[in-house]
Amino acid sequence: MAGAISMRWFGRLLLLIVGLLALGPRPASAIDIQRVSSAGGVEAWLIEDHTNPIIAVNFAFRGGSALDPAGKEGLADMVSGLLDEGGGPLDSMAFQRKLEDLAVTLRFEAGRDTFGGRLATLTENRDAAFDLLRLALTEPRFDAEPVERIRGQILSNLRSQTEDPDTLARQALFAELFPAHPYGRRPDGTEETVNAITAEDLRGFAARRLARDNLVIGVVGDISSGELVQALDQAFGKLPERAASWRLEATAPRAANTVTVVKKAFPQSAIVFAQRGLMRDDPDYYAAYVLNHILGGGGFTSRLYTEVRDKRGLAYSVYSALVPMDFAGLMLGAAGTRNDRAAETVKVIQDEWRRMATEGPTAEELEDAKLYLTGSFPLQFSSSDRIGGILTAIQLDDLGIDYLDKRNALIEAVTLEDARRVARTLLDPAGLGFVVVGQPAGIETGG
Amino acid sequence: MTPISRLGSGLRAALAAAALMATGLVGPAAEAAVFNPETFTLANGMQVVVVPNHRMPVVTHMVWYKVGAADEGDGESGIAHFLEHLMFKGTENFPAGVFSQTVARNGGRENAFTSSDYTGYHQTVAKDRLELVMRMEADRMTHLILNEEQVAPERQVVLEERRMRTESDPGALLGEYIDAALFLNYPYRRPVIGWEHEIRALSLERIMAFYKKWYAPNNAILVVAGDMTAAELKPLAEKYYGVIPRGPDMERLRPQEPEQRAPRRVVFKDDRVRQPQWGRVYLAPSYFFGDTSQVYALEVLGDVLGSGATSRFYRHFVIEGQKAVSAGVYYSGRAVGPARFGLYVAPRPGVTLAETETAVDALLADAVTGGITAEEVERAKDRIIASAVYARDSLGGGARALGAALAIGLAVEDVEEWPERIRAVTTEQVNAALKAVLDPGRSVTSELLPTDSADGKV
Repeated sequence: MAGAISMRWFGRLLLLIVGLLALGPRPASAIDIQRVSSAGGVEAWLIEDHTNPIIAVNFAFRGGSALDPAGKEGLADMVSGLLDEGGGPLDSMAFQRKLEDLAVTLRFEAGRDTFGGRLATLTENRDAAFDLLRLALTEPRFDAEPVERIRGQILSNLRSQTEDPDTLARQALFAELFPAHPYGRRPDGTEETVNAITAEDLRGFAARRLARDNLVIGVVGDISSGELVQALDQAFGKLPERAASWRLEATAPRAANTVTVVKKAFPQSAIVFAQRGLMRDDPDYYAAYVLNHILGGGGFTSRLYTEVRDKRGLAYSVYSALVPMDFAGLMLGAAGTRNDRAAETVKVIQDEWRRMATEGPTAEELEDAKLYLTGSFPLQFSSSDRIGGILTAIQLDDLGIDYLDKRNALIEAVTLEDARRVARTLLDPAGLGFVVVGQPAGIETGG
Repeated sequence: MTPISRLGSGLRAALAAAALMATGLVGPAAEAAVFNPETFTLANGMQVVVVPNHRMPVVTHMVWYKVGAADEGDGESGIAHFLEHLMFKGTENFPAGVFSQTVARNGGRENAFTSSDYTGYHQTVAKDRLELVMRMEADRMTHLILNEEQVAPERQVVLEERRMRTESDPGALLGEYIDAALFLNYPYRRPVIGWEHEIRALSLERIMAFYKKWYAPNNAILVVAGDMTAAELKPLAEKYYGVIPRGPDMERLRPQEPEQRAPRRVVFKDDRVRQPQWGRVYLAPSYFFGDTSQVYALEVLGDVLGSGATSRFYRHFVIEGQKAVSAGVYYSGRAVGPARFGLYVAPRPGVTLAETETAVDALLADAVTGGITAEEVERAKDRIIASAVYARDSLGGGARALGAALAIGLAVEDVEEWPERIRAVTTEQVNAALKAVLDPGRSVTSELLPTDSADGKV
């Protein structure tokens, strides 16, 4: 049952890098991904690594806060704060005490499209750790004390967020982009909706959303495939076979070249901007990914970084990113800039957007971006927890167990013609909308 | 290019830097070493540390300078951090933009950070690119070239960074006022990023003078973590860093803290505050200040009182008393100067900061009278020691912990023996440290409130 598929992707990846840069060979270490299936039908991807006595388990259930019922926005988020607050015979304090005494980390997090979690344990406490995970997932208690306590913490955060520039800007942006879709709502809800959530709602979420058919798992560390077979059934085997059915409509973000100003007495203007993007399975995804890296991706070399920060000193942070969600594609970015130069910053970003849409990248920019994106790929594998997260993300996006093998070739395959074509077809200066929160001089809400 | 928060990330991996209270205890090590590093020193005085981690053919390369914001002169706050930004502006061999472009073209990631006690530059690259980043990093240790055209826009960037991190966050502004009140004379009273009017006034000459004074191999530490051994690294370290001439011997001559006797209070009201917060911070021993023998006991004490869901603070205020949204205690002895032992409580709606303060004082009095129990101490020690095992797992964790420890003057053994020294802490030591640290005359109590609030004792 265990270890059906295994691969040595890293050696091949190295060959690719070395081939590109011709700086000489080196011994290749290998990472094998095993597909492990339990008797109970729970599947996980495993990378065994016995260097340290640590096991990291990363998992996610498809379906996130976008499924929160109307009027109960914030439900998934609240559940994520409560699953480690008591399960089975253990009340909140007993559960937390056990986590601490075993030095086990157990965390849950709700996204718009997924409900995720991670567990980290020392090898010696493996069985007890997986048992705590089982209790959290299948027998959560939602006792009154922790429910009210966590609700109070969420409400406190919501109140503080009403004065947080970045949060306000992002909320306003998503409301504009998705006026009639759950993506436009606030994932952590409002005071009213969080107050409306009952213990029944929380229990209903756990019973209906956490199941085996919408679950993916990535495991890294000091555990064999045989041991993991047992552990999977122990932790996840008692989950219901199927999650309650649900459906969301795919949607296109509302794109218009508007600027919306939210007046707040802040010393700096928070600027966010977005246009329609691509879905993860779009054939042009990799060309768009490389293109975005050149325009506003990470590091200290993008056009936005150079023009906004390096040359003009307008912002400390400026970036753009592709955000492919399950039911809509976005391309968005952000910058924080002094109020009296916010108008200039918006204009520089609009100009760079237009220049890239018209001219596309240069051959040298494309080559540099590909060198960075392929060469830096192995750097993401920096800890067991990170690697477990990568295994989970690959499964959520349906990229295939050989994705790590293929990924750099997909980047490599992007031609200058591809990048320029996607620059023309994707980048849409007329559909790039801005939200500015603060006291920006010389900008008014308008088209 | 970010200043590090001096309160730290809460990561135990970072706190894993340890100790002066070496008991000279020898014998079968009760606890495993933490990172198993190799070390050597170049002829010009540059320390080198190799932290093995062979999971991937990847390395993290860091150069730490033993200079930070607390080494700045009067009127030049922010100069260490401003220089850190300007270090990306180029040399004769690698002109403006070439450094970052080269790192990126080789699939590398890079950044830098500044704290009160040190400044660090780092790149993570495939192992066969290590030599390239060593060549460039060694080059900018002594060959930085700056002109006014580069400094002017970067000054605006730093001011935007200050607006983003500090001016936009009332809690961060309060933190500046607390530090200025807690440290009467020690330079930790100045913010790492600098006061705005002084950032505006920093001249190119002054920045270059600071660079020339502090950036030298004998004031720097090279840390390489990843798929590497000392035998492999040594020839490269000698080739690129070993040829840089030794500078004058550096000593940190910082103004020292006088005896403190007056409790202080800082009340900050701001329109943007939606969650009031009560805090208190005590001037505390560090590895180099005050009764250094108490550092390990204070780490355990901080854990018992206020770290995690079963700690006294969280249980008392958040769970049982239902008076607070959050509550906790923080402490790290990892500083060249005095440390902070801090308490915080964010009350629930309807609970005033005055009530909160009374309840904190009662809890502390009860802890002093009744004592921290042996069971609490043992549980905390187990948790802290387990964290050292997790710290080994990540590529950068060991490099950061060892770099920070050596940069403030600790030895590799202080990090490696840290679990043993935590294990050796007794209940009596924890209770003695508790009584010693809670000295009102060495404390600042703080209140963060909305502007229209009547709840304050101004």
